[in-house]
Amino acid sequence: MNEPVIQVKDFRKIYGDLVAVDGISFEVHRGEIFGLLGPNGAGKTSTLESLEGLRTPDSGLLRVMDVDPACQSRKLHKLIGVQLQNSGLPDSINLDEAMKFFCAYHGTAPRYDLLDRFGLKEKRRTQYYKLSAGQQRRLGLALAVAHNPPVLFLDEPTAGLDVASRIELHNLMRELQKTGTTIILATHDMAEANDMAGRLAILLQGKIAATGTPLELTAAGVGFTKVSVLTKNSSLSDPELNFPAVSRRIVKDEYIIYYSTDIGPTVSAIIANIEAQKDTLVDLRVERPSLEDRFLEITTTGGVQ
Amino acid sequence: MNAFINHFSFEFRTGIRNKTLLLMNYLFPLGFYAMMGLLMTGINPAFRETMIPAMTIFAILAATLLGLPDGLVTAREAGIFRSYKINGVPAFSILIIPALTTILHTAMVTIIITTTAPLFFDAPLPVNWLGFVVTLLLMAFACAGFSVLIGVVSPSSRMTVLWSQLIFLPSMLLSGMMVPYSMLPEVMSKIAQLLPATHAMNAFRGLAQNLTADFNPIGSLIILLASGVLAFGLAIYLFNWDSRNMTRRGHPLMALLVLLPYIIGMFLLS
Repeated sequence: MNEPVIQVKDFRKIYGDLVAVDGISFEVHRGEIFGLLGPNGAGKTSTLESLEGLRTPDSGLLRVMDVDPACQSRKLHKLIGVQLQNSGLPDSINLDEAMKFFCAYHGTAPRYDLLDRFGLKEKRRTQYYKLSAGQQRRLGLALAVAHNPPVLFLDEPTAGLDVASRIELHNLMRELQKTGTTIILATHDMAEANDMAGRLAILLQGKIAATGTPLELTAAGVGFTKVSVLTKNSSLSDPELNFPAVSRRIVKDEYIIYYSTDIGPTVSAIIANIEAQKDTLVDLRVERPSLEDRFLEITTTGGVQ
Repeated sequence: MNAFINHFSFEFRTGIRNKTLLLMNYLFPLGFYAMMGLLMTGINPAFRETMIPAMTIFAILAATLLGLPDGLVTAREAGIFRSYKINGVPAFSILIIPALTTILHTAMVTIIITTTAPLFFDAPLPVNWLGFVVTLLLMAFACAGFSVLIGVVSPSSRMTVLWSQLIFLPSMLLSGMMVPYSMLPEVMSKIAQLLPATHAMNAFRGLAQNLTADFNPIGSLIILLASGVLAFGLAIYLFNWDSRNMTRRGHPLMALLVLLPYIIGMFLLS
């Protein structure tokens, strides 16, 4: 896992007066799923497309398995599989032809089984323009992995996919990861990033605002843990009742909800209070700050590390 | 090689499946040929003499100038070239293969015209078949080059139509397809020498139909060959993968260099 497959060092990309990516650095290791998060315009696509050889960096170093994407495109295309956010195929091409076409350029046998796996079995003779957006995306994914690339770039891979296709894609990503495939995943879907990515970088205004594992990122925030309590009687109904580390209290659907910065003392004190008042605890739920909460915290405060 | 053959096969099928390409490759030229055969041979019986070359040139102009460039512009705008680049499809194949398949489609239309025109319209067959085939291929090569170059430098489909019509319409009027070249005023005849169709008609007359050429027909063939080579070279040099990320190696106006052989020809050929 320690072999760096992707290296990005002081990478900058500028369009006219707009600095899209401003000197970011990160490494991705073999067999890792690395998530790139960020609001629109944060620099995710510019970073991905530069690594894919579609754009030329203005400065900095980019390497994919020691290949410079900007000037070694022949070597690069054998190493990478890409599911682009904005790409297309000729309208009149059918799915079997598309598979045969791209596999021929990669020098591999067509993987028609992937079309079946992504639920496109009945559409193999259908022309591309007749597919729904979700089916086009599934085809894009099948084509991206058909030549067994060691590095896979996925840009919003589950946008427009139904639940079954989404689960199938995640299963495939896990399988590929086990075989050593390195995956860079750009997504707006926080649940997907949380479940799939081993490490994440949150981009904001062209800089890396935060990086780490999903747990590290959520733990690093100042987010509050939500403690929702339901009791048989009204032992917690007094608004003047104070518990340690609680900053806010609200009442919703018979539950008393406390926002705590330190979960241990808060929950202990609540339970102690319920017992002291000879009340009965019916339900207690603890919700840690999610990746989405942390993401919103970073993007709204605009903090860059 | 397998990839090239596969790509060629797909592009050839696209020329029939795609409605616009089917129209430009087959329906428009064959419909125009039928109409001209029915009308022009009645109005002007001398039209029969040059009917096969003229209709062949028309088929080439329609398939290349009206069919080929827009496909390239649309593919670039739709992000198809981005997919191609990532998957290792070379720029050379993207430009050459559609040109080759278009030439193959025009060859099939030419076969239809040359086999039916003598039967239905009493048009004479070429006297020199080698001269006919060589002229046909060089005309198709030159026009495919022009078309690919237009597709590469055009920023949009609308501009593609403009550039294509800038060659297509004068070709119809000035090249000798409809009105004999010898009847044009001197200034117009010089302007006509900027068009590949004029040189093709001249070469067809002199080398295939055993008619009097208006100027040196071998010179016309050389000009067609030179402009084709220049056009494809410039197209590959100026090719851009992405409509949103223009990193072209040269200015699009460099494409005008393709006219150089014709300009030289204006001064040398008489």
